[in-house]
Amino acid sequence: MGDTEEVKLLGVWFSPYAIRPKIALRLKSVDYDYFEEDLFGSKSELLLKSNPVHKKVPVLIHNNKPILESLNIVEYIDETWNASGPSILPSHPHDRAQARFWSAFVDDKWFPALKAAAITKSEEAKEKGMKEVEGGLLQLEEAFVSISKGKPFFGGEAIGFMDICLGSFVGILKAREKLKGEKLLDESKIPFLCKWANEFLSDDTVKNVVPEIDKVVEFLGELEVRAQSAVSKT
Amino acid sequence: MASDEVKVIGAWASPFVMRPRIALNLKSVPYEFLQESFGAKSELLLKSNPVHKKIPVLIHADKPVCESNIIVEYVDETWSASGPSMLPSTPYDRAIARFWAAYIDEKWFPSLKSILKAEGEEEKKAVLAQVEEGNALLEKAFNDCSKGKPFFNGDHIGYLDIAFGCFLAWLRVTELAGGHKLIDEVKTPSLSKWAERFCNDPAVKPVMPETATLAEFAKKIFAKPPA
Repeated sequence: MGDTEEVKLLGVWFSPYAIRPKIALRLKSVDYDYFEEDLFGSKSELLLKSNPVHKKVPVLIHNNKPILESLNIVEYIDETWNASGPSILPSHPHDRAQARFWSAFVDDKWFPALKAAAITKSEEAKEKGMKEVEGGLLQLEEAFVSISKGKPFFGGEAIGFMDICLGSFVGILKAREKLKGEKLLDESKIPFLCKWANEFLSDDTVKNVVPEIDKVVEFLGELEVRAQSAVSKT
Repeated sequence: MASDEVKVIGAWASPFVMRPRIALNLKSVPYEFLQESFGAKSELLLKSNPVHKKIPVLIHADKPVCESNIIVEYVDETWSASGPSMLPSTPYDRAIARFWAAYIDEKWFPSLKSILKAEGEEEKKAVLAQVEEGNALLEKAFNDCSKGKPFFNGDHIGYLDIAFGCFLAWLRVTELAGGHKLIDEVKTPSLSKWAERFCNDPAVKPVMPETATLAEFAKKIFAKPPA
């Protein structure tokens, strides 16, 4: 009897970061056990043990060894199961550097700006923040056109690293449009990214992994209520 | 026709700029260093890094690569035949190296910077405690990653050594200013020895600023304007 590789993923259904390893594992046809953490409750023993430094999801546990940070996990999956499925990162060093650069842009600048604009009570800060978010989308549109070279994804014919990184936020963008009427995925401004977003959501590796938009809408609404009541308690 | 030439846009005092320079030295790749003047950004920088307008930028065969750790991986992959690998060989060890490099940039270095900016004893104490907690984590990480070898990456300087080691000059400046040792033989014995080895390595020495020179520079940039 051979060793079966044990793959576990700790996540939270809503988290875009937790969606990323799920897509990567699907791309590589890797079976895994999924453990849902309690979003508003206490963190599980397993999570605290596997990620003592940050205590955050997602965590991939492969043969009892934890791997942390969503994009690190995606690279790990790509390298470990490199014989299965398409390569997630491009092969040329310059293209790899580009993929890493734009994903750092999304995670370190673009999404934090969106989060800040969503939370702030100041109208001025919100307006300024949303301008930054829209500006970022224009830059990403340009990057997409140059990197995809006419193919459906940043990764070319198949979903790749940058698709996973930015794509994990598409659900939130669509949900915010339904909830707030905020049209960030505006075909008149970023036509290529809009088309890409729909291609991404309908891809087989993404369908059933990304939460349903209506569920996200409901959840975002709940988050807002919780934030309001927290404020009124002070 | 794009030549194969390599340029690095940077500034001597920036720890982030040191990273690609050390990487290029380790791979024996000659490059032209284009020093940015303090306070002004060159045309070339703005053209090569329009998104962030920040140093370092590596330009190879006329194509720019931005973000220091990304540049280090690019150098490692492009000149893979010219020197030992800067990242470990197994996917798991690579993930660990990337994890700690991110921790250093996102948590450790910001708290180190706060020491120099801290006002009042309370604030200073709190930030110091944060840095020391980080150092304890990194001491353990070093012992786990190095497995008894001289560097985080094993026998040779690698990605994580560079990611952390680039801050050593600023660490020494902070220690001088605060009169408080942060990495020493008692609290962080492994890191203390590693720091010595790293700073004396021929790939690092030419690009690591002298502590005294950096301290002078720090005084200038952190100088409070007259009240």
